[in-house]
Amino acid sequence: MPVPLLPVPYQGGRPYMPVSLPQTPAGPINGRIAGPIRRALLAAAGRLTSPLTPDDYLGLVDPLLSARHPAGRVTAVHPEGPRAATLVIRPGRGWSGHRAGQYLPVGVELDGVRHWRTYSLTSPPQDGGRGRELTVTVMEDPRGTVSPHLVRRTAPGTVLRLGPAQGEFVLPEPPPARMLMVTAGSGITPVLGMLRTLAHRPPPARTDVLLLHSAPGPGDCLFRAELTELADRAPWLRLRLHYTRSVGRLTAEQVGLLCPDWQARETWACGPAGLLDALRARWDAAGATRRLHVERFRLGPFAPPGAAIGGGRVRFERSGVEAESAAGVPLLHTGEAAGAVLPYGCRRGICFGCLAPLLHGRVRDLRTGEVHGRTGELIQTCVNGAAGPLTLDL
Amino acid sequence: MTSTPAALPPLSPARTEEFGAALDRIRAEIVATRGDEDARYIRTVIAVQRGLEAGGRLALAVSLLPPAWCAGTAMLTVAKTLENMELGHNILHGQWDWMGDPAIHSTTWEFDFLTPADAWKHTHNHLHHTYTNVVGRDRDLGYTILRMSPEQPWYPVHLLQPLYAALLAPVFEWGIALYDLEADAVADGRKSVRAFLGEITRLARKAVRQCAKDYVLFPLLAGPSALPCLLGNVTANGLRNVWAHTVIFCGHFPGDVRTFTEEEIEDESRGQWYLRQIQGSADFEGGFLLRVLSGNLGHQIEHHLFPDLPSNRYAEIAPRVRRLCEKYGVPYVTGPLWRQYASMWRRVLRHAVPWDPRR
Repeated sequence: MPVPLLPVPYQGGRPYMPVSLPQTPAGPINGRIAGPIRRALLAAAGRLTSPLTPDDYLGLVDPLLSARHPAGRVTAVHPEGPRAATLVIRPGRGWSGHRAGQYLPVGVELDGVRHWRTYSLTSPPQDGGRGRELTVTVMEDPRGTVSPHLVRRTAPGTVLRLGPAQGEFVLPEPPPARMLMVTAGSGITPVLGMLRTLAHRPPPARTDVLLLHSAPGPGDCLFRAELTELADRAPWLRLRLHYTRSVGRLTAEQVGLLCPDWQARETWACGPAGLLDALRARWDAAGATRRLHVERFRLGPFAPPGAAIGGGRVRFERSGVEAESAAGVPLLHTGEAAGAVLPYGCRRGICFGCLAPLLHGRVRDLRTGEVHGRTGELIQTCVNGAAGPLTLDL
Repeated sequence: MTSTPAALPPLSPARTEEFGAALDRIRAEIVATRGDEDARYIRTVIAVQRGLEAGGRLALAVSLLPPAWCAGTAMLTVAKTLENMELGHNILHGQWDWMGDPAIHSTTWEFDFLTPADAWKHTHNHLHHTYTNVVGRDRDLGYTILRMSPEQPWYPVHLLQPLYAALLAPVFEWGIALYDLEADAVADGRKSVRAFLGEITRLARKAVRQCAKDYVLFPLLAGPSALPCLLGNVTANGLRNVWAHTVIFCGHFPGDVRTFTEEEIEDESRGQWYLRQIQGSADFEGGFLLRVLSGNLGHQIEHHLFPDLPSNRYAEIAPRVRRLCEKYGVPYVTGPLWRQYASMWRRVLRHAVPWDPRR
């Protein structure tokens, strides 16, 4: 039974788990056999493999053959300075393409447990042919679980699970004539995907892109060589690098000074929340709200593991119910007391009849005291309490 | 004298909770050490199962040749057994949900058994595992057709129960499918007619697919081998049914396993719940192969204590659970499979008559 995808907004480096993915990829490039014939063959084979699908068998031969649980194989890992690496990934049969600027959910298995993170795609979308490759650039968070593994311990040949490309921070088709890109740090990644797309397929003669990119210094400026080389070569691109160690943080006022005609441009911005908030305020004040597209890496502060384990405010997203959950009270009780109709079974952690996807926040297992919760993780509401504010997809 | 073993001399509440805490610690230890090796185990079982199934189907496609028939039927039987016992039953319990793999998850798995996974999860995971062996609450105690305890009312039809218990074995999946519909709950007003009809539809839909695959499509594809192929599929399903019936009946019906009354479980604490699970279940002993083919249900006691721990870890904790039971004077029923099987049949025979034949 296909479970609908969780509606997860953009979350750079945030956990994400597609509970189930579309059975047949929707994209334009699905294989050599014509679509209808292939689908009919698979449906016929499905009668024989029922209750499994042919996909379940294909995925055993090679995970890349699975359309239901798309996967990709790492073909190369390029270090990008001391704390980042670019992964080149060959996607399998389930991959249904992306638009420049979108991000890719990547599933990595660590000690038997699958973790999901999202990374901006930096490779241009391609119009046809198999064997096309995707690239993502991962910045290492030394306190993180997944990024150090991807940056330091991922060898070519590794199989990663892929979610469908997502996000509305994209280059429109056709691209507008005048564009402004404002990026900081790893915020360059989705914009790099857009620039490579423009470079890949030469844009109309009148196209004009100004990129303002902020980095701590030349040594830790991601893709500096490529950006300067592209700016030298491409007549449509101008690059302004802003080094915070020498001139301080980039502000909305400086953006206005560096790009006097900002109100006449379609603008894309990606970077720290402070910068994005300032830009948003400036554009709103100028009545140019719709000309600014922003991409936030994090929606809000993370609750650090172990902190605030004594209950919290619980939101049941689908029911629209919100309630305060005291420490030690199962989420199921809290929801029912507040009038939400929730699935339940044994009410003591045995039957898994009450599983609900966690959208945000963390929970505490009332049996063991362990605080856990990845976004998208299915939670047994009858034996878990709130560990800080949280949202359930119920 | 009653025909189920007497209740054990009650542990003091403090001792009961101490016992429960010791079991909680075992659980926490396994939870903390779940990892790569367990993930590799379940994926290996899946690969072996699908390999055997594919091999069995191929061999049965040319099963006019007797060796191909034997090999194909054997492979398919083992594949179906693995699929139901070590994979379906355990994955549907959520034993592998911790991996976060949507392909091996209690919410997405569907098994090669007639009853739809959702219906199974309700009657088995919820009703049976919560109310294990409570007369009047655990429908698995005799599956509403067998009288397995003196507290259950006797009707003349029970005189025939040895016969229909035996006839049930080869068609066990049909028995379970009908049982999961809970027609008795509709009669009692615990379930709406509408829900009942919806479940019948879901069952019919799955049954059509299941039967079409085994009894129509694969035989047709086998061409000249159609008849032996059909026979092989019927045999594989039948043997799997007999085996599942054996394993499941040996889990709760051997003579030394206790039943409980509804009064006994009022305000049951976690420690008391553990005690009931142990006294309401029976293990059987065996090597690795028997363990895998029975879905590790030879460790029924451990499974009932911790239904959501990965099945491959039950063997590791069984000696510890047993030592703990000895320490607290809690009976721990175990023995060879044949002895549990014989004991189960004695119980079926004994309760077929309204009086206790041992008196």
